Amino acid sequence: MSRFEESAPARGGFSFDLCKRNEMLMQKGLKPSSYLKTGTTIVGLVFQDGVILGADTRATEGPIVADKNCEKIHYMAPNIYCCGAGTAADTEAVTDMVSSQLKLHRFHTGRESRVVTALTLLKSHLFSYQGHVSAALVLGGVDVTGPHLHTIYPHGSTDTLPFATMGSGSLAAMAIFESKYREGLTRDEGVKLVAEAICSGIFNDLGSGSNVDVCVITKGNREYLRNYMLPNPRTYVSEKGYSFSKKTEVLLTKITPLRELVEVIEGGDAMEE
Amino acid sequence: MPKQQANWSPYDNNGGTCVAIAGADYCVIAADTRMSTGYSILTRDYSKIIQLADKSVMASSGFQADVRALQKVLAARHLLYQHQHNKQMSCPAMAQLLSNTLYFKRFFPYYSFNVLGGLDSEGKCKGKGCVFTYDAVGSYERVGYSAQGSGATLITPFLDNQLKSPSPLLLPAKDAVTPLSEIEAIDLVKTCFASATERDIYTGDKVEMLVLNASGIRQEFMELRKD
Repeated sequence: MSRFEESAPARGGFSFDLCKRNEMLMQKGLKPSSYLKTGTTIVGLVFQDGVILGADTRATEGPIVADKNCEKIHYMAPNIYCCGAGTAADTEAVTDMVSSQLKLHRFHTGRESRVVTALTLLKSHLFSYQGHVSAALVLGGVDVTGPHLHTIYPHGSTDTLPFATMGSGSLAAMAIFESKYREGLTRDEGVKLVAEAICSGIFNDLGSGSNVDVCVITKGNREYLRNYMLPNPRTYVSEKGYSFSKKTEVLLTKITPLRELVEVIEGGDAMEE
Repeated sequence: MPKQQANWSPYDNNGGTCVAIAGADYCVIAADTRMSTGYSILTRDYSKIIQLADKSVMASSGFQADVRALQKVLAARHLLYQHQHNKQMSCPAMAQLLSNTLYFKRFFPYYSFNVLGGLDSEGKCKGKGCVFTYDAVGSYERVGYSAQGSGATLITPFLDNQLKSPSPLLLPAKDAVTPLSEIEAIDLVKTCFASATERDIYTGDKVEMLVLNASGIRQEFMELRKD
């Protein structure tokens, strides 16, 4: 895709050019850089009037929390939202890219975007990168054909489901869904169930945490409830607070003038071609 | 045939963080109560602290099976000492015993990151707080404060800034204990754990604090984030 590499295939997909060099570097002992993964619990369910998506807000870098309140529910179209788990950069990039493609498509066709369009664009992109784009998505929306909910795996396979969970906390969330889900839930019941599933992920999975984000999509309307629940306030704040005194100590002050390195020749040929 | 790598490890990391601070006439030892494995929580209510002697308390993070085995060995050795010498082991003596016990398994170590705290009971140091910090194979040092475990890298810089403990390499030897009062030290420990919990996924649930001073031992709990 870059201008400088003529040898890269014009159509995109994974370029294997540097694989041998990477292998050689790894053998020499170079450690590959770590990615910011979103550890994560993301869920979606279909209720009587549309779909509800939910996500936690913790982004981890190994055992450390990099972001305590990140946004995992991404905008795709006014009627379509997508939750992303896996490598944070990958989920951001792929959802932004497909969101732009959908907008252009809307201008081209003059119609509201359909969920299956977003689905096909995402799955074909992920497949062409053979799983190297580590994005596991829960795509949901309501279009002219009705409410839709899909899961998309990093290698490009998809499922169409009435309720779905992804991420490291997916088992904890799915346990809640499998016990309590039924068809034809009302909006309040649906939101409550989604929040419960995300909380299950937050408290039982170490890769997920902090707050609950919810997005309710119905025909002609969507409600993005950022930080719908905040079940993890900071437990202790010292009353007296702590001060951090400036610890720079001046040990020695020495001024060394820079020597003139350029010799100025009067009347010399300067900058002649 | 290329060298086969082991596909089974005898060790696991159960996470957790331990902190100890030595004061002029007290010692605070604290550890969180979360035990985890991988991305899952095994229990929210596990004590990593054990009282080995009258004035010695040890907190250990790492592989709890090895920690439990180590605690049993130390408790047995202490009992033997009491029978032979008709008195409790002092904290510095326990510190040496712990170091020897860890080095004994130099080539199959206890995956245990320990911090020993207590009150000194010899000579002019009588009643002063002491903290000893260890690595997994027994290298130890007496310090004014220490943190071990998954949250140690988050807590130690903060304690360095607030407690300004002098280096044990300085001459003449400076006092390792902190001038903070007991109340202030406990406040500091609570802040450390609340902050470490925000950013370390393996630290949380509850923090158990043990305070040793002239009047005995006191135990306190504080709730932490459970996510």
